[in-house]
Amino acid sequence: MNPFVLKTIAALVPQGARVLDLGCGDGELLAYLRDHKDCTGYGIEIDDAAVHGCVKRAVDVIQLNLDEGLNLFDDNSFDVVLQIDTLQHLRNAEVMLRETVRVGKTGIVAFPNFAHWPNRLSVLLGRMPVTKRLPHQWYDTPNIRVGTYEDFAVLAAQNNLKIEDGFGIQDDAVIRWQPNWRAGTAVFKLTR
Amino acid sequence: MTQLKPIPQSMHFADALLLSSGKSIAGYDLAYETYGTLNADKSNAVLICHALNASHHVAGTYADDEKNVGWWDNMVGPGKPVDTNKFFVIGVNNLGSCFGSTSPAHVDVSTGKPYGSSFPVVTVEDWVNAQERLVTKLGITQLAAVMGGSLGGMQALSWTLQFPDRLRYCVCIASAPNLSAQNIAFNEVARRAITTDPDFYSGDFYAHGVVPERGLRLARMVGHITYLSDDAMDEKFGRERIESLAGQAAYGFDEEFQIESYLKHQGKKFASYFDANTYLLITRALDYFDPAKAFGGDLSAALARAKAKFLVVSFTTDWRFPAERSREIVKALVDNKLCVSYAEISASQGHDAFLLEDERYMNVVRAYFDGVTV
Repeated sequence: MNPFVLKTIAALVPQGARVLDLGCGDGELLAYLRDHKDCTGYGIEIDDAAVHGCVKRAVDVIQLNLDEGLNLFDDNSFDVVLQIDTLQHLRNAEVMLRETVRVGKTGIVAFPNFAHWPNRLSVLLGRMPVTKRLPHQWYDTPNIRVGTYEDFAVLAAQNNLKIEDGFGIQDDAVIRWQPNWRAGTAVFKLTR
Repeated sequence: MTQLKPIPQSMHFADALLLSSGKSIAGYDLAYETYGTLNADKSNAVLICHALNASHHVAGTYADDEKNVGWWDNMVGPGKPVDTNKFFVIGVNNLGSCFGSTSPAHVDVSTGKPYGSSFPVVTVEDWVNAQERLVTKLGITQLAAVMGGSLGGMQALSWTLQFPDRLRYCVCIASAPNLSAQNIAFNEVARRAITTDPDFYSGDFYAHGVVPERGLRLARMVGHITYLSDDAMDEKFGRERIESLAGQAAYGFDEEFQIESYLKHQGKKFASYFDANTYLLITRALDYFDPAKAFGGDLSAALARAKAKFLVVSFTTDWRFPAERSREIVKALVDNKLCVSYAEISASQGHDAFLLEDERYMNVVRAYFDGVTV
């Protein structure tokens, strides 16, 4: 994970929080939160190599397919539920968004913003974007849910979720002015 | 890599052990083996619990019997996932099992005859109590970890409930919080096969100089079916016939298909070394294990006592102890905010996968034990 993104996300997580990280990869963020903010909790991951990576870091990981839901977890059982670059891979992205704020008091969601200007330019020129942030060709992308910063705000409103904070990240900087144009990554902090 | 050469040992326990049934057993012995060296702090001990037909011989081979390889030799040893260069590993044969610990085939000193049918029914909890006595006698106050697969996983789980302060980590593989009705049904078929064998003599066959081999063979055959996945069986045997038939039907009822031949072989092999009463005892212990029972079926309430950190592993094609059963354990641990990692390994071999080599499985267990501080 990009160190700036990691620190920016971590800054949104309160000290000592109980955290669930959906699609936690090799556990880098959870290890950081444990080591720097005394956080506890679990990661959820489907990939064998990533699960191994978590165990190597002594990060508690539960191997699950998120598309099967979060039945394992009770309401309000975590202070923070993270979905960092996970939303775009989920079939049931909307259900999982609701699940995120069901099991967590706060949800933090980050995903690639398709409305970032280089993407718009690419589509304007007639081609799907292939960038550092969206490196895959349209026919083999694992990003099955492409949305924009603005789209997410609409989806959150539809689900009666309160956006506590929303901003973009681009080139190791937080973008608060016109993030829908100017940022490759969208970040939202949500509550019910 | 040096090869382990364990020496089987035995420990005598004069004091009576009170059992779940209310009965007790006194003057019993437990067979055990150890691997690696207990450190000065006595903080690096790992107890390995065995399942139905295994024993205290977990790893290595015997100096006088090179072919007798421990049942979890791919998991335990120098440089293996449970590294005996770091850990002092203990394998123990459970009370009632037929590999050296006091069992129904042994002579009851109070009667001068083999226990046979009078051997008391033992439970997972009884085994754990017996194991705790052994561990204590070895001078170990707190185990680094208790680990087991299948029925062994139940013992590891039970350790965290019976002696929450006596272990730091629990590794529970291909296990379940209790048996399903289907599991009990299979056990019962196996037991009936044994108890209806005329050579069983209600469990006192020793005096008659016979062994209920037919029953044991059938018990093993039905058991073996449940250890393999449908796919694994298909891949290994398909509809192939034994060689002498050259693919043709014999229009009879002797063995024709490879799978029949395989099960027959497995049954025969098993009946040559396994004790019929032990089979009954161990399957009953499986049936009875149900830590949630005392809590109205609430496993989360039952596990509230646990303090250990957990690694839970399941295998996708295991239909004897399916992944969902391991997830029940994980959920109960999560409900109690306990530390747990859970790996669900997609393996084709069914329940047997927990004994087999699989890189992902071995990697996770190795990484987990690397993180166990001693």
